[in-house]
Amino acid sequence: MSFISNLIGGLSLGSIYALIALGYTMVYGIAKMLNFAHGDIIMVGAFTIFTAASSLGGNPFVAILCGLVTCVILGVLTEKIAYKPLRGSSPLAVLITAIGVSYFLQSVALLIFGSTQRPFPKLFSLSPIRIGKDLVIKGESIVTLGVTLVIMAGIMLLINKTKIGKAMLAVSEDKGAAQLMGVNVNRTISITFAIGSALAAVAGLFYGLTYNFIGPYTGSMPGIKAFVAAVFGGIGSIPGAMIGGILLGVIENLSKGYISTELSDGIVFAVLILVLLIKPTGLLGKKIAEKV
Amino acid sequence: MKKKKLNLRVLLTYGILAAVCVLVFVLIETGVASRQFKSLVVPLCVNMMLALSLNLIVGFLGELTLGHAGFMSVGAYAGCLLSVYLEGTMPMALRLPLVMLFGGLVAALFGLVIGIPVLRLKGDYLAIVTLAFGEIIRSIILNLDFTGGAAGINNVPRDIYRGSNYLIAFVLVFITLIVITNLVYSKQGRAITAIRDNRIAAESIGINITYYKLLAFVIAAFFAGVAGVLYGHNIGQLDANKFDYNRSIEILVIVVLGGMGSIPGSLIAAGLITVIPEVLRTFSDYRLLVYAIVLIAVMIINASPRMQALRARFSVRRLWKLIRGRRRKKEA
Repeated sequence: MSFISNLIGGLSLGSIYALIALGYTMVYGIAKMLNFAHGDIIMVGAFTIFTAASSLGGNPFVAILCGLVTCVILGVLTEKIAYKPLRGSSPLAVLITAIGVSYFLQSVALLIFGSTQRPFPKLFSLSPIRIGKDLVIKGESIVTLGVTLVIMAGIMLLINKTKIGKAMLAVSEDKGAAQLMGVNVNRTISITFAIGSALAAVAGLFYGLTYNFIGPYTGSMPGIKAFVAAVFGGIGSIPGAMIGGILLGVIENLSKGYISTELSDGIVFAVLILVLLIKPTGLLGKKIAEKV
Repeated sequence: MKKKKLNLRVLLTYGILAAVCVLVFVLIETGVASRQFKSLVVPLCVNMMLALSLNLIVGFLGELTLGHAGFMSVGAYAGCLLSVYLEGTMPMALRLPLVMLFGGLVAALFGLVIGIPVLRLKGDYLAIVTLAFGEIIRSIILNLDFTGGAAGINNVPRDIYRGSNYLIAFVLVFITLIVITNLVYSKQGRAITAIRDNRIAAESIGINITYYKLLAFVIAAFFAGVAGVLYGHNIGQLDANKFDYNRSIEILVIVVLGGMGSIPGSLIAAGLITVIPEVLRTFSDYRLLVYAIVLIAVMIINASPRMQALRARFSVRRLWKLIRGRRRKKEA
């Protein structure tokens, strides 16, 4: 029975990774950049919800809305200020700028909230579900898993069925050609950053609900793991990010439960290396033929 | 054509670095330098060595790796453990070079073992796999007994403790600089840059891609390992958590800030990145914030296409040409 509860814990952790990885992969697909600051947007989202919940009364939905709006504005602003001037320069320059943005967000959070971990408010009182004698499933796990599945379905619909989704696909394939066809490239990139940051805010909420404590560096490790998940599934591929994230969470939780807590991160990274050595572009990544 | 052409740029780099070293030597020996300044000398040299070696991979081979701190930690642990074991059996002048060489070689061996499978990957995939290896190395070190686990090693011999023997660090930086510049300007170095510029063209004229990629990777790992040993003997203790991916990123920031493929650039940027946080100590709480803003601003000014066009319009060289052109007109 402990196997099933470990598995469900892993699925819920994996759906947090999947939410973050989705943002990573969408931004990568469209702007061809590794947004290292994405993990810190989660932290900002979590802290905004924390502040809003304690100052604006207890309504959880108002707090979550505040978190979403702040993250969306922040995501779009960082793109406009830090990444847009560098469009067309070397990918490494953009990567370093993203690292700078990451340091910036961390230090602002450090200045405002200090380095001690803050308890995340219990926004919902969810009672654990008991099945049979000893199978206990945390309520948060079920909510996380359910909401993530709904969001993923929504994102798939958005990408494949709507006009803005088609514009995103077009921009990610060929920026110049998309512009010639009348797609507003700047607006499409902004919308992608907005969606990615909103997903990060949701991930921040679930991270806080699952781990109960948040700090200025909360976002960095989940950010790296989500990056791993995105590459694992094939970076730039949206279903890949979902599968990669969930698999990563399950592997991490199962190795925590059965092998060793300290080595669990190492095991996650080892699995990633194995996958990439067998399939160098990730699980669902497209193989690009080289032209001479 | 002359067979051996003295490369002015390289000589200038050597000369300026030597002059800076002499200046630092004079400042410290005459007692002008503060203790804070003195304590920065060896970390600065460590960063220079790391940046030079990473530049070989990122700048000259053109591959992004985020696991350089992993090689540094392997070298540091190997060298420092041997140093602890050998302490008292031989004089420092013999032991120190020996453990440095050992640390470097162990790191190079790791570079070889990791490099063979990993260098098949490219771009962001290579970046994430090297990051993964760095993290795996860290979590293994944290879980082994002979590396001291999470407590680390605390009895590393204090040969260079807190910069007391900083001349050793100067010598090491010079060795790294000379080896890497000579490599870059040699036949092997040209093969490495050819792979960066066009892999397929390089392969078609008979350059063994795997061999040269591995060569660059192993040499870079070697110097990262030596830098790790130097670091360990300066701090006197080792903690595996100091070698996480943030450290790798810090080295990458130095290389990119200094300009990929620029050796003097790496040296200058290493100086800036080491010194700026110390200078900003007066801002105390705002230190990280200022550092982040400076980093973003420098990247935008340095690399954005619009800024590059602006700089080309108002560059010193262009102004000089303009002035000279006018003078010529007057003469005519």
